[in-house]
Amino acid sequence: MYVVIVGAGKVGWNLARELIAKRHEITVIESDPVRFSVVEQELEHSAQYGDGSELWVLERAGIERADLVVAVTGDDEDNILISQVAREKYGVTRVVARCNNPRNLQHFELLGVKPAISATDLILRLIEHEVPQYGLVHLLDLPEERLEIIELEVAPGCEAAGRKVKELGLPDGSLVISILRDGGGFVPNGDSVVQASDQVLVVLDAELETSVTERFSDRSSAPAA
Amino acid sequence: MFVLIVGCGRVGSAIANSMLAEGHQVSVLDEDAEAIALLERGQNEGWEERGGRFTEGTALEIEALLAAGIDQADAFVASTDGDNTNLVIAQIAKRRFDIDRVVVRVLDPARARWYAEQGLQTVCPTQTAIELLEAAVRGQIRFEGVSG
Repeated sequence: MYVVIVGAGKVGWNLARELIAKRHEITVIESDPVRFSVVEQELEHSAQYGDGSELWVLERAGIERADLVVAVTGDDEDNILISQVAREKYGVTRVVARCNNPRNLQHFELLGVKPAISATDLILRLIEHEVPQYGLVHLLDLPEERLEIIELEVAPGCEAAGRKVKELGLPDGSLVISILRDGGGFVPNGDSVVQASDQVLVVLDAELETSVTERFSDRSSAPAA
Repeated sequence: MFVLIVGCGRVGSAIANSMLAEGHQVSVLDEDAEAIALLERGQNEGWEERGGRFTEGTALEIEALLAAGIDQADAFVASTDGDNTNLVIAQIAKRRFDIDRVVVRVLDPARARWYAEQGLQTVCPTQTAIELLEAAVRGQIRFEGVSG
């Protein structure tokens, strides 16, 4: 696979190393002359100097034959523009962009740049996983498919505690796929009983989130999630 | 009409003053609060005293664009010193806020050309300079003083 990486910061450089180790062909484009000379010493001809949002620089790097373009500069507007021209001008089918400021994610989406990856968001997700708020963690969102997988804590005294899975009364379009208990986990069947303090993984239609979560939360304190 | 100008350098401030003098409502957004000085250079009254609006904020922040009145704008000018910033905010103005009249300053002729082909009204000072200078070198035109 031929990969063009724009931006040889920590992310771009390490990504280049990993891909070279996996025997992919890569080119890294870096616009800062000092950074470039450092990176070039290791990556040699795989590093090119230039502003990756200049079309001729992308063309010199062979963007037209790239299987994947990765835009990981420190500027969100540059990453958006590079991704946009990669896909729309040069017909690159796989483009991955880094979103430095999560508030800019909406611009990436508006201009059709996806997937956009925000390190801040990823870390926030991990924190959410470690310190769940409202007992709900989003494990996976598939916005295109309108599906998500969530992890819920079964609150003591909630509607679901002590019931069999088939008696939970979950709406169509949702399914309990796993129960985590005492450090282990299993895939339940309809007769498995959900206990208070279990964690359950549910795959569901994104719109059903509220109606599913309310069955697992303490009836006396309504969840804000 | 209501004109929103993002980026108050030489270009943005000049357009802002002309539009205000023509009787339009003009709002200017710039990340540097001191940029208002450019709007007031050579004027007898301050920018806001003459009825102009000025907002300090970053072009990519939706809150800043809203504070500057993007949701009421009839015309949008992207004239920051960054080509990529201009191209991104112009597309936001067009696609998200449905502004019909969006003009973008792009210094790089290649990007200006490609985005023009995609339907953006790009103005490329570099390309204009190249064409005028070439014509002057060939003797096809002759400037008296500064061109334009």
